[in-house]
Amino acid sequence: MSETTERPPGALQLLFNGIVSENPVFRLALSLCPAVAVTTTVANGFILGVAVLAVQVLSSLTVAIARGVIHPRVRIPVYTIIIAVWVSAIDMALAAFVPALYAQVGLYIKLIVAFAIIISRLEVFASRQPLVPSFWDAVGMGLGFMIALMVIGALREVLGAGSFFGIVLFKTKPLLFFALPAGGFFSIALLMAFFNALERKLTGGTAKPAAGGHHG
Amino acid sequence: MVERRMPSIRTTRFSALAPLALVAALLLGAPMLRGIGAVQAADGGNTIESVAIDTPDQVRITFRGEFPAAQATAENFRFAEAAAPDAPMALKSVKAEGRVVTLTATQALHPTERYKLEVADPPISRDVTPSPWATLVTLFLSSALINNFVFTRYLGLCIFFGVSKKRDAAVGMGVTFTAVMIFTAMTSWAVDTFALQPLHLGFLQVLVFIGTVAAVVQFLDTMLRKTHPALHRSFGVYLMLITTNCIILAVPLLNAQGKVSMLEALVLALGSGLGFALALFLMSCAREKMELARVPKAFEGLPIAFALAGLFALAFMGFSGLDFFR
Repeated sequence: MSETTERPPGALQLLFNGIVSENPVFRLALSLCPAVAVTTTVANGFILGVAVLAVQVLSSLTVAIARGVIHPRVRIPVYTIIIAVWVSAIDMALAAFVPALYAQVGLYIKLIVAFAIIISRLEVFASRQPLVPSFWDAVGMGLGFMIALMVIGALREVLGAGSFFGIVLFKTKPLLFFALPAGGFFSIALLMAFFNALERKLTGGTAKPAAGGHHG
Repeated sequence: MVERRMPSIRTTRFSALAPLALVAALLLGAPMLRGIGAVQAADGGNTIESVAIDTPDQVRITFRGEFPAAQATAENFRFAEAAAPDAPMALKSVKAEGRVVTLTATQALHPTERYKLEVADPPISRDVTPSPWATLVTLFLSSALINNFVFTRYLGLCIFFGVSKKRDAAVGMGVTFTAVMIFTAMTSWAVDTFALQPLHLGFLQVLVFIGTVAAVVQFLDTMLRKTHPALHRSFGVYLMLITTNCIILAVPLLNAQGKVSMLEALVLALGSGLGFALALFLMSCAREKMELARVPKAFEGLPIAFALAGLFALAFMGFSGLDFFR
């Protein structure tokens, strides 16, 4: 394994990588289910984002610390168990501290254990890098995911309910469509297309469209 | 080579047709089973033969003997929800025609709910329970169409978008998925009912279920490879993709949440699996056609697939009122 031959990238670069250039939802197209499911309001997106951020950071740290001990052949089951442990912990913590929000997103918090983004970061990054870069990579990815959820949530809440973070913006009858399941799919289609178009503009039309997701 | 492929193809056809036949049988049989809410009363005198709920607000009671019209008054009958037996419903009218008495309530009644019926003269008390068929068919329809995992619960999107590019792959995935879902749901139901609940280990749900799912998938993979190599060649690829999928994990979690019976768990798994297979099949057909369409550059790939899924979701909203029993 050539893990220590090259210097790990700096904290800022890792954060930028997670939030913009490899954004889990819009660029990597991973973990799409929650991106549609809980984003009817910004607050729901926020709470799931926080949960994912916490699970990602904690499992990345655990794997980065324990990577010398984990035998490569059993690494996937071990990673899954590590994630499941942290998901259970976060699940109980949220149920205890924010019961009202938890009631709306409870099932999806439990399902974080099956999110491809977390296990793929463990596999790609935390299992090969020391503690500090793993931490920043996890924070970057977690934040990227949280921001993506909140952007989708903002679009859907403003159009579908006429409010933002629960604060009423305009009193006219909102477009119910965006609060419905179908609206979730359309919002993501529009946002993805927007980011693709933006990227093509910035890079002069050479960029490839977002990678097709296969997991998560 | 041709002979080698044969069993695989035949089995594929059979596995695709068998669930369809089952669905058709359930759908056709359901309306005929409406009256099966009946339980026999055993004491002498004039007893009740059957009680049926007629939507929207009527209860049809059939007695064994003639029911005197003089006794057909609202005071003589007490009809309440089983959950609140002390709060009887107000009855709009009571009509007796020969052996049949029809009560009309002031509120809507549902054949899938439990009620308690009491008659003062002759003194009879009985529970009106929904037929198990009604419950199961409702559960099946709800999990397959009304609450379709992909289009209204938004789960399994990763596999949904990943595998729906080709129709063959979509069908293979759908069949494998349904089979695995039934196995994992049954195993996790047993683990939950016989181990987690008696020992009050509910907080270990996530950990235990993901372990169970992984173990079952691994077991199926090994079994299939040894016993049906041909089948394994056509479906083995999908099997490995399934292990950490959100739907596979969501079904045990939903079952545990609802504290369902074994049969209900089985039906929920079957419905969810078939619903997912249907979604995959529809999407793959649409995406194959889309290959020929001219899509704006920015929408190429996933964005247009999402828009397409949105259209399907819109269509599936039409199922939301679907109910044979209301």
